[in-house]
Amino acid sequence: MTTMFGITMAESGGEFSPPGPNSFDFGAVPLFTVGEYAVTKPVVQLLLGALVVFVFFYAATRRASMVPGRMQFAGEAAYGMVRNSIARDIIGSHDYRKFVPYLVTLFFFLLVNNAFASIPLIQFPTFSRASMAYALAALSWVVYNAVGIRKHGFVGYLKLQSVPSGVTPLMYPLLVPLEFFSNILVRPVTLALRLFANMFAGHLLLILFSTGGLFLIEYGGIGYIAGPLAWVLAIAISFLELLVQFLQAYVFTLLNAMYISGPLADEH
Amino acid sequence: MQNVIIRAAEEGGHAPENPLGFVPVEFALSLVVFGILLFAIRKFVVPRFEQTFAERTAAIEGGLSAAETKQAEADAKLAELEKQLADARHEAARIREEAREQGAQIVAEMREQAQAESSRIVEHGKTQIEAERQQAVTSLRAEVGALATTLAGRIVGESLDDEARQSRVVERFLADLESDGSTRLSSTGTGSGVN
Repeated sequence: MTTMFGITMAESGGEFSPPGPNSFDFGAVPLFTVGEYAVTKPVVQLLLGALVVFVFFYAATRRASMVPGRMQFAGEAAYGMVRNSIARDIIGSHDYRKFVPYLVTLFFFLLVNNAFASIPLIQFPTFSRASMAYALAALSWVVYNAVGIRKHGFVGYLKLQSVPSGVTPLMYPLLVPLEFFSNILVRPVTLALRLFANMFAGHLLLILFSTGGLFLIEYGGIGYIAGPLAWVLAIAISFLELLVQFLQAYVFTLLNAMYISGPLADEH
Repeated sequence: MQNVIIRAAEEGGHAPENPLGFVPVEFALSLVVFGILLFAIRKFVVPRFEQTFAERTAAIEGGLSAAETKQAEADAKLAELEKQLADARHEAARIREEAREQGAQIVAEMREQAQAESSRIVEHGKTQIEAERQQAVTSLRAEVGALATTLAGRIVGESLDDEARQSRVVERFLADLESDGSTRLSSTGTGSGVN
């Protein structure tokens, strides 16, 4: 029996089968197929998320005027938050404009796709699919390295990222590999894993408390008390998840801005 | 019991997947969708926001500079008005001072004129009185002469109708009177009045 959360429960014998990685595997249950390709729920969400972001901003700017209407005001507040408090404050007023479209797109694409975890009937965070998080992390890696290489040249950029300033050359054998490792290799990995793991774990928790609560009530006995308690906790966790969804989108974008700003700043 | 796993045709059936596993389709699709969204945002959204922001900034700065100009104009006008007001006060004070001087002058002139007039009137009066006195003296002289002649004629019984004689007598009489003093004249006059 497949629940609406995409997990299975034991049909008999009172065994609880906890949610696991299989709760995130939609390959088995495609929404529909196009030709011989199965279109899964996360893929549809990915498209829907992009559409929502674009439609919102397009509607906000459709009749852009000096005195904003309600829609334009909301759009400006959202756009201005990323533009001013992420792009401008971190990259600096000299270079930030070039990166505003990228950072705005990144933040709101992530935000909407993360928020899908809490939107009724969708209730699945798109970026709990690791490959999708990998994609954005890979893109970030390309962007910030490209910015650095364009500014300092390939060797200059590697030197900037790997050789720490203000350290005696005696320490270089130890520090240079470490810096290179942390600045060039680890960054995309942490970006991807942070996003993926937060979304994955949050969703797992919600499923656990929701289906666990149901199971407990069906089990009877003490379950009549524990089950509703689990559901109350599920509601509390949902609110926590709202925060996490926003925070992860924000952190991902913020780190992108910081990685970009690193080589752009004259004094590292 | 787990799902009966029916994987999509292109992936083929497999055991439960690793959540960290790499799914090329999802990876590529994410990049494509993100790329399209980025393109759309860059093309349709960002320019309009930036244009609106720029217009707004320009409008605010323009408004500020306009306000500054207006303020400066107002200040200049105020200064000018104050200067005019001070000038007007000065002028008024000057005019008042002038008026006061003129008034004093007029009063002095009038006083002088009045004095002259009064002295002229007094003089005139004196002259008139003198003339009248002379006239009275003359007429008295004639009258008293006639009276005295008549009286004397009656008393003496002698006609004094003769012109020459008459005037000679009167002249003599008057000369006597004048030598005796003017009081005698007036009493004579009074005497003749009584008569």
